[in-house]
Amino acid sequence: MTNTAAMPASVKKPQNVQKEDAMLLQKEMINSNYHDLAHAHEQGRKVAATFVPGNLNELLMCFDFARSLPETNALQNGMRKKSGKMIMDAERDGQSEDVCTYVKADLGMMMGGEVGPTGEVLPKPDILLLSYTGCFTFMKWFELIRHKYGCETVMLHVPYQGEGRIAPNMREYVVKQLKETVIPTLERISGVKFDIDRLRQYMRESQKAEEDLVAVLHSAKNRPSPIDGYFGAVYYIGPIFTAFRGTPEATEYYRVLRQEIEQRVREGKGPVTPEGEMGEEKYRLVVEGPPNWTSFREFWKMFYDEGAVVVSSTYAKVGGLYDFGFRHDAAHPLESLADYCLGCYTNLNLPSRVDMICKYIDEYQADGLLINSIKSCNSFSAGQLLILREVERRTGKPAAFIETDLVDPRYFSAANVKNRLESYFQMVKAKRVAAAAVH
Amino acid sequence: MRCFIGIDLGSTTTKAVVMDENQNILGRGITNSRSNYDTAAAIAKQEALVNGRFFLFRQALANTGALNGALDGFLGQLERDFRSEQYLEQLADLEATCQRSLATAKFGDATKAVGEALTEIFRRLTVEAPTLFTPTAKRKSDFFRDIAGSQYLATGEAVAKESGIRYDFLLNVFDRSIIEVENRVYGDSIKRHLLAALERTFVELPETAGRRNQVEAPIKGILDTPLEETYIVGTGYGRARLPFSKEHVRSEILCHGLGAHVMYPGTATVLDIGGQDTKAIQVDPAGIVESFQMNDRCAAGCGRYLGYIADEMNMGLHELGPMAMKSTKTIRINSTCTVFAGAELRDRLSLGDKREDIMAGLHRAIILRAMSILARSGGIRDEFTFTGGVAKNEAAVKALRDLVRENYGETTLNINPDSIYTGALGGATFAWRAVVEEGKVAEARV
Repeated sequence: MTNTAAMPASVKKPQNVQKEDAMLLQKEMINSNYHDLAHAHEQGRKVAATFVPGNLNELLMCFDFARSLPETNALQNGMRKKSGKMIMDAERDGQSEDVCTYVKADLGMMMGGEVGPTGEVLPKPDILLLSYTGCFTFMKWFELIRHKYGCETVMLHVPYQGEGRIAPNMREYVVKQLKETVIPTLERISGVKFDIDRLRQYMRESQKAEEDLVAVLHSAKNRPSPIDGYFGAVYYIGPIFTAFRGTPEATEYYRVLRQEIEQRVREGKGPVTPEGEMGEEKYRLVVEGPPNWTSFREFWKMFYDEGAVVVSSTYAKVGGLYDFGFRHDAAHPLESLADYCLGCYTNLNLPSRVDMICKYIDEYQADGLLINSIKSCNSFSAGQLLILREVERRTGKPAAFIETDLVDPRYFSAANVKNRLESYFQMVKAKRVAAAAVH
Repeated sequence: MRCFIGIDLGSTTTKAVVMDENQNILGRGITNSRSNYDTAAAIAKQEALVNGRFFLFRQALANTGALNGALDGFLGQLERDFRSEQYLEQLADLEATCQRSLATAKFGDATKAVGEALTEIFRRLTVEAPTLFTPTAKRKSDFFRDIAGSQYLATGEAVAKESGIRYDFLLNVFDRSIIEVENRVYGDSIKRHLLAALERTFVELPETAGRRNQVEAPIKGILDTPLEETYIVGTGYGRARLPFSKEHVRSEILCHGLGAHVMYPGTATVLDIGGQDTKAIQVDPAGIVESFQMNDRCAAGCGRYLGYIADEMNMGLHELGPMAMKSTKTIRINSTCTVFAGAELRDRLSLGDKREDIMAGLHRAIILRAMSILARSGGIRDEFTFTGGVAKNEAAVKALRDLVRENYGETTLNINPDSIYTGALGGATFAWRAVVEEGKVAEARV
């Protein structure tokens, strides 16, 4: 206990937290995957660890791997108030204060006996699939894990979309690596022969789920928006960005979710918050950057208490970008895996990110842009001030900038964040009043 | 008459501004924020209203010409007499509170002697009181806690020595009593104190006594005019504690932006350096905030940085600027951490660098932080208005002028001597706009 003394006390959970049915279902799915992971080796299954952005879940399933996602583990530990101690343990082990806090939470969890977010012990991976290299930290992260476990790493080098598009040779390059390195390695480790028709089957499932997810995210174009496209969306994207994309369970989850949301649209309802139905929708925002997980509910409350709903966020696209038309394509399985990796949000160049945000502000009729900048996340944070300036210039809508962290509870300063958010909401309101006076 | 009030509850001081229907500033009030925002807000507001009364006295007396030529002298005397009346009431209150605190103290056999010492201390303080409010008297602070505190400590030490009782007993009693006294609002006594002060002023300035009737009538007329608190807007760190509904609360970003615009209508960029934060604000031609940036996670480069340095150097905060102005050489000091800057300061001193050069380096370090926040907010546009406590520091202003010129070229830099009231002024303007332009009425806190 002495180690945790310096950490901020956990916020007491509010009673009777309200959730949509789909949120409960999502939680069950995530928990069941942790259970599967915990028992994978007993059941003779191999375990693969891989990252969220542009992941190759369908491909891993072709080899019967159980899938572990270290970022998801870290954020789940963050939401469950476990990450503070893990980070301090990793720092005591020599990790610097400036290292990505997902990495430190993961390393700290390893040091604490691999006890996962649900309390079950997570298995040692048999293979590390580094399928996205746009975040340089990912490479270093797997180097550390490889060193710790002595397990094999297979790397897929994903070229950056420097020109703002996927050139044919980029796709060919990724497909070539899949054929020549990734698939043979996964076959060797798993002992399962690759069957492209099995991959096609999973992709058909993925496509159905993707259609439904896009419909859910687009529902925020309604007034009031039936969903929160950031705080709510992080629940919605859980299955599709983790171990479930391509499974019938995920397809079913998104079917149910879409029905639920479409019902809310028909009833003219706003989003469900942990404290029930949200009140009047006063501000519609687009948010860039990941949320803070350790004070997730407190952070969300600062929005819904003021009547602010996030209609769209770039973070809800962190695994893959579907709302501009991409779908997994069973007719071209390897090429579409390549496009998925190449097209994930953090692989876009700054002009593309600016275009995307401006488009969201326009299409979702947002009042402005809020950037939540993460101290230790280079793949998101680099260039955010330039994005802010450019979006302000192009849309004429007010933008604001706050700073928090992913899973380090020490870097969430509630009073300061609240102060800035309130100022921002009032600024939006004052501009609106001023604009109304002119017209 | 209808009054529109802005209250800015800062971390160090609480400020209030009262405005009339024509957006004229009637009065300004300031008090220390204590640990009690409710009282701080009430007192700052009351101070601003008193200040407003004096403004109205001046207007009325100038109109009648009753004190032709002697108006400034008369009002100055009246204000000092009024402060003196207020001080005496608070002093009597403090004495009674100290005696009550003594009854629950555990001083054993010494209790009786401490009680006698308290009586003697307060007797002397009462005798000395008028000297604090003479025209030439210099007070380090206008807050009761500070004035009474320094008098009590000095007199208490002497009395303790003479009577052979322990000085710390006296300190203990004072510490336990002062918070109670400073958290009392003496709103009901204002009119009585002003009338009593008026009598004193006639005695002090016998030449005015002859025009007693012409002077008294407008003053009494104003005292009988209620200053109606039509609408109040609160801002600053303690704003959530204000006793009115959310409609009456604005963030200090918006208030500083609007306040700077009211002071200088050409303002496009505002820099505010306060005790614990630095804000860079861009405003549109109507004073509405377009974007803003603040220091995050770390308050190095704010007013407290200078406070810390003053403590390290064993100097008064207001002495730092003048010392830095004597600098002849540039020394670079880090601005990333206040505590490290203290270490660097001692290191520089040990290397033989001159104090004034180090001071200039420290002021530049603060402004460098501000420049970075300004850059984040979109840079400096013409006109540029600098507000907050640090704007009173000439060395900080000099460093800012230099850096602005180097980075943005020639720009109009506005600094108002009343810039500490910028947030409260913005609040009062929001209150005025709410009623006069938007037709709102005051709402109670739910």
